[in-house]
Amino acid sequence: MSILEKHGVIERNASLLLVGSLVVVCIGGIVEVTPLFYLQNTIEKVEGMRPYTPLELAGRNIYIREGCYLCHSQMIRPFRDETERYGHYSLAAESMYDHPFQWGSKRTGPDLARVGARYSNEWQVQHLADPRSVVPESIMPSYSFLADATLDFDTMDGMLKANALVGVPYSDEMIATAKADVVAQATPDAETGDLLARYPKAVTGDFDGDPGRITEMDALVAYLQMLGTLVDFETYDEHANTR
Amino acid sequence: MRYTGWIIGLGAATFGAVALAGLAVDDAFRAHMGILSFVLGLGTIVAMRLPEPAAAQDAGGYMDGPIRIGTILTVFWGVVGFTVGLLAALQLAYPEFNLGPWLNFGRIRPLHTSAVIFAFGGTALMTTSFYVVQRTCRARLFGGDLAWFVFWGYQLFILLAATGYLLGITQSREYAEPEWYVDLWLTVVWVAYLVVFLGTILRRKEPHIYVANWFYLAFIVTIALLHVVNNLAVPVSPFGARSYSLFSGVQDALTQWWYGHNAVGFFLTAGFLGMMYYYMPKQAERPVYSYRLSIIHFWALIFLYIWAGPHHLHYTALPDWAQTLGMVFSVVLWMPSWGGMINGLMTLRGAWDKMRTDPIIRMMVIAVAFYGMSTFEGPVMSIKSVNGLSHYTDWTIGHVHSGALGWVGMITFGAVYFMVPRLWGRERLYSLRMVNWHFWLATLGIVVYAAVMWVSGIMQGLMWREYDSQGFLVYSFAETVAALHPYYVMRALGGLLYLAGGLVMAFNVYMTIAGKVRNEKPMPVPAQLQPAE
Repeated sequence: MSILEKHGVIERNASLLLVGSLVVVCIGGIVEVTPLFYLQNTIEKVEGMRPYTPLELAGRNIYIREGCYLCHSQMIRPFRDETERYGHYSLAAESMYDHPFQWGSKRTGPDLARVGARYSNEWQVQHLADPRSVVPESIMPSYSFLADATLDFDTMDGMLKANALVGVPYSDEMIATAKADVVAQATPDAETGDLLARYPKAVTGDFDGDPGRITEMDALVAYLQMLGTLVDFETYDEHANTR
Repeated sequence: MRYTGWIIGLGAATFGAVALAGLAVDDAFRAHMGILSFVLGLGTIVAMRLPEPAAAQDAGGYMDGPIRIGTILTVFWGVVGFTVGLLAALQLAYPEFNLGPWLNFGRIRPLHTSAVIFAFGGTALMTTSFYVVQRTCRARLFGGDLAWFVFWGYQLFILLAATGYLLGITQSREYAEPEWYVDLWLTVVWVAYLVVFLGTILRRKEPHIYVANWFYLAFIVTIALLHVVNNLAVPVSPFGARSYSLFSGVQDALTQWWYGHNAVGFFLTAGFLGMMYYYMPKQAERPVYSYRLSIIHFWALIFLYIWAGPHHLHYTALPDWAQTLGMVFSVVLWMPSWGGMINGLMTLRGAWDKMRTDPIIRMMVIAVAFYGMSTFEGPVMSIKSVNGLSHYTDWTIGHVHSGALGWVGMITFGAVYFMVPRLWGRERLYSLRMVNWHFWLATLGIVVYAAVMWVSGIMQGLMWREYDSQGFLVYSFAETVAALHPYYVMRALGGLLYLAGGLVMAFNVYMTIAGKVRNEKPMPVPAQLQPAE
């Protein structure tokens, strides 16, 4: 009781109440969040992770703009049903270049962490334009307007630069060639040697069935087709990364 | 002229917005700045045409102007938020309701959550905190017109956030979707809010700071901290909408849910507990049950809430130690949450008969009951093995709605019904029977909503993990979607009931402000019970 009586001091001093509240709410965050930034074992060391190609990054921007993350997670939990349904459980390293993360919180639709290379480009385009024509039970909205929208990539180099500023290893060369790389990745039979040297495993060619121009549909499908394809789980040794 | 400063400021800001629209590097930013310049221009014209304020408008010496408009806007944003929620529910039941690109579910959903949390809830918190802090400190709001700046500045934030979502401008951080420039604006407004609130407390004529103000203060300070840290980002261009968050992957996920869970903890809990601690004792005409309990549960609540974020990331790539820590603190959090519930409910001791006769008290009591229910459900869902089933399903959606509709909505309705006759000097509300109608429509709506989401969420989780005797998964994902259809239809029905209640309130508030009194039979008072002889 005596301690509670001393509480009267705080009740009479607004500054004390303010500072006290601030200190009390800071403790949890400091103890719980900050270690993630310096504990080495937070993120596994894996082979194969690379920054997004400019076209994939543009597709990711569209994924975010349309709020896809509100119905689709990108985080496979280590449960038997999930790994059988979606593939190997997600690793922390697989979202290390994700600014911001896209793990999601709800599965109104299926998880997309490893949707890359599961379906053809044609299926993806058809499904985005008219979901119920390929999945009758689907309640997904139509995104047919993406095929009509020419991709705006005037600020592509700025986007890579901003990502480099927050820690994604985009080199000066990658930033300088950003716009050209968009064109190279989305144009059939383009010279892609340099692009693939910079971004191994990038899927190239026309994505939306309209090789004449680069649309938002191209970018989004390019992003979907690479999801979860970078780490090779044939060679991944999970015991080497026991945390 | 009294409004000269406002006119110059708004006019200059209008030109600034036009210039930004001209310099824009992407279409979304250009459209957004176009909207901003239109709104600011409109504001300038309104400010030029406003009549001079009548002197001594607020007889009590309190600054009630922003509170009056805030009360009206709380009701307005409530109806808007519920309507958009109904649209989202219909889109999930019948995908034909998606009118792309602007009204697709992916853009409507953040519009709904922000309209309810930040427009309805935020306006209610700002309005009631200004009402409560003046009356419990017996002091006029600090800073003169600064309170008006805070009020209109916050409404501008809501408008920019809402129009941004429809244009596809989002950071994809749940409940923190607005982009960097809108975040900067909110930071300015929020600091001004803290100055007004704290300044009013500092000029109080009461020696003690009343408990409601502790909660409001903790809410304002903590939201400032959460908002700034969670929105750290690098914009692509000072004239473009897009930015990239400072953190990535695991660190970004925990930062976001440290924010996200404490948007619940401090915006939707601490702030509204402040509301409860003023309006409930006032309406019941009884003192708060326990002073000691309020001290203990205040400090325990604000200390523990911050830790609970990782329960949104169970079984993800977040390290196990963080998940377990989050789970333990979430379970412990049950206690201070129920401390608040007990303190609220027991305030009615000796006045339980008012439950029969006063529908406003009934509304407040059911709010606190739902608070207790959802703060019990939350810790249960934060247990890892339960979360393994509930995560990613509609169970979570049901849980947040029993908190948002039941607790946040109902306590706000109670506060609105309390304030309206007092703010406009009316003898009583237009109709008490309509409050009763609102109570039942809303309660029925919540019950339908929550019950349906329990069934659909648990069913969904079980279907995903169902194996047959051969060891194969039984259901494809598409089959689980089809199975949910009837529940999504019923959920929309629950939402419709809740919206209907909101419309009844809007009508009742409108008529009260208009000075009308409905000629109605008084609420039935059961025959006076006689003490046993």
